[in-house]
Amino acid sequence: MSILEIQNVTKQFADHLIVNNISLSVKKGEFFTLLGPSGCGKTTLLRMIAGLIMPDSGKIILEGQDITNMPPEDRPLHTIFQSYALFPHMTVFENVAFPLKMSKWDKTKINLQVEELLDDVQLTKFAKRYPHELSGGQRQRVAIARSLVDRPKLLLLDEPLSALDANLREHMQIELVKLQEETGITFIYVTHDQQEAMALSSRMAVLNFGEIEQLDLPQVIYTRPKTYFVADFLGKCNLLPAEILSKNGQTLRLLVSEQMEFDTSQDNAEEFSVGQKGYYAIRPEKIYANCKSHECEDLYTQEASVKGYYYYGDSTLYEFLINDKIKVQAMLSNSLNQTVKFFAEGQKVAISFDPQAGDFLAE
Amino acid sequence: MKMSFLSEKKVLSIPPLVYLICLFLIPTIFMIVIAFREPGSYGGVEPIIGHGNNHQIQIYFSLESFKYAFTNLFIWQLFLRSLIFSALTTIICLLIGYPLAFVVARSPRKYRDILLLLVIIPFWSSFLIRVYAWMIILGPQSGVSHAINFVLGILGFAPVDLLYSSFAVVACLVYINLPFMVLPLYANLEKHDIALIEASRDLGATRSEAFWKITMPLSLPGILAGSGLVFIPCIGMFVVPELVGNNCSLMIGNLIKQQFLQTMNWPLGSVTSIIMTLSVLCVSLAVGFMASRLRGLRYARK
Repeated sequence: MSILEIQNVTKQFADHLIVNNISLSVKKGEFFTLLGPSGCGKTTLLRMIAGLIMPDSGKIILEGQDITNMPPEDRPLHTIFQSYALFPHMTVFENVAFPLKMSKWDKTKINLQVEELLDDVQLTKFAKRYPHELSGGQRQRVAIARSLVDRPKLLLLDEPLSALDANLREHMQIELVKLQEETGITFIYVTHDQQEAMALSSRMAVLNFGEIEQLDLPQVIYTRPKTYFVADFLGKCNLLPAEILSKNGQTLRLLVSEQMEFDTSQDNAEEFSVGQKGYYAIRPEKIYANCKSHECEDLYTQEASVKGYYYYGDSTLYEFLINDKIKVQAMLSNSLNQTVKFFAEGQKVAISFDPQAGDFLAE
Repeated sequence: MKMSFLSEKKVLSIPPLVYLICLFLIPTIFMIVIAFREPGSYGGVEPIIGHGNNHQIQIYFSLESFKYAFTNLFIWQLFLRSLIFSALTTIICLLIGYPLAFVVARSPRKYRDILLLLVIIPFWSSFLIRVYAWMIILGPQSGVSHAINFVLGILGFAPVDLLYSSFAVVACLVYINLPFMVLPLYANLEKHDIALIEASRDLGATRSEAFWKITMPLSLPGILAGSGLVFIPCIGMFVVPELVGNNCSLMIGNLIKQQFLQTMNWPLGSVTSIIMTLSVLCVSLAVGFMASRLRGLRYARK
């Protein structure tokens, strides 16, 4: 069941089209993410849902009620801002109590509710502190408690973890997912961090230049990117120029980088025509090097030379050159319980991949 | 390195130190000493050691001036009036200056400097000229006077003199001091993080609740600074009451000036100055104390 419907929403600043005719629907209780580079319109869209800016056209519907022109204070939803926006002249307790005071709760009820929320985020001890006396992670938790204290229908999160260091960020990611599952409140999360988006979301929309490039489950978007932008933005991807030589049902015969010829089948094959140019997108972890196991026997194999590598610890990213010309990246896992045997630069290796693991993308 | 930095600091602090000693500390000591001496027959003060009527050596050192000042109702009246005028000026400046500073701080960045310039431009002309301008505006022949007296006439009241009144004094004080209220307020309001207002709206505050719960408390340091900057110079003001006031709108500054230049009673002038200085000091300390109590507000920055 959908809790939020966005219908043909458009927003323009000066002559910049920030959000271009976006429609999407968010299901009740899901962790929905808007992912995209800075300037893609994700924050603008979020602020329109919050009511902090008004769309030029389109409708925003929350649980069947049109809230497009409703002032922000009347919307049963809250936002967690990138800067947390804690009120510096109020204590932690007063900050968390603020939404309840605004909706004129009874004083004893406010005290009980705030204490419960502070307990939930383990900040009871800090109730009398001021925001500047807290660490980044504690401020974040105050912001969360303040936004959940009156049980909103929807929680909007605008890059809430971007100010935290890597370790704390990972910890808070887990906390957020836990919190979302416990409260059952629908989260709409904005981020430019693709790993964060994939780790947290039940569904996500990838935005670019004010439009939705793809909206699906994270694993579908990652493994089956629909556009060049999505393949490039989300994770690492080899994007090789390709041309469709022939077509047979769902199967496309591709000429990739003017050298490699193979078949790949994909369910959107009917969108393409013979002779069409585009890209063949394949993730680096789908490419093997000097694979001896029988699983690799049927794979498409090419000779290549090692151009260089980046050691990541759990894996190593190699750059190979096919025929001294075509650059292909391969992510090789360092999972074997033995000393990692690196390929030397210039060394000849056989790289192989299953053509099905990649997709043809239109230009 | 540290040593040279310290000595650099010391060297740099010499000019202000010299300035303060010569132009503040020494004159203040003079003033305090004179307050305890006796007025000379022809102005100035009697020598501390002099000859009495019987050619005896006499020490002219007394608390007479203090006694006189503290028992004289007229001085207390002037002092009280100065406090009331200054307080009134501060409140009116705040009521006019706050919306002004708020509008400037919230206007688009490219217009802010121009708007701020408009606030400052009157400073470019002499203080006296600005007061003279008000004398024309409020004078009996001015359109303002005619208009007000016309309305009063219709309502059946006797015509009033706008100029040479307490009203004119406070109006001029407000006009002259307004920028001192606007500038610190603007400096404060301009730094406010707009996300705090958005957050308060998002959390259920209406526009006016957001102002009274967030913007207002966060601007308290600016209000205090502006109020101090307006109130303190107002207390000692004597030019404005002299030019646009009447006998019933004289302030403590006029009395001090009279004691030194006309009545030639320097000790009494000094005593009144001391009372005034102490009251200004009390106000400054009170403002400073209140400012230090505003916990958390110092961090109300972007």
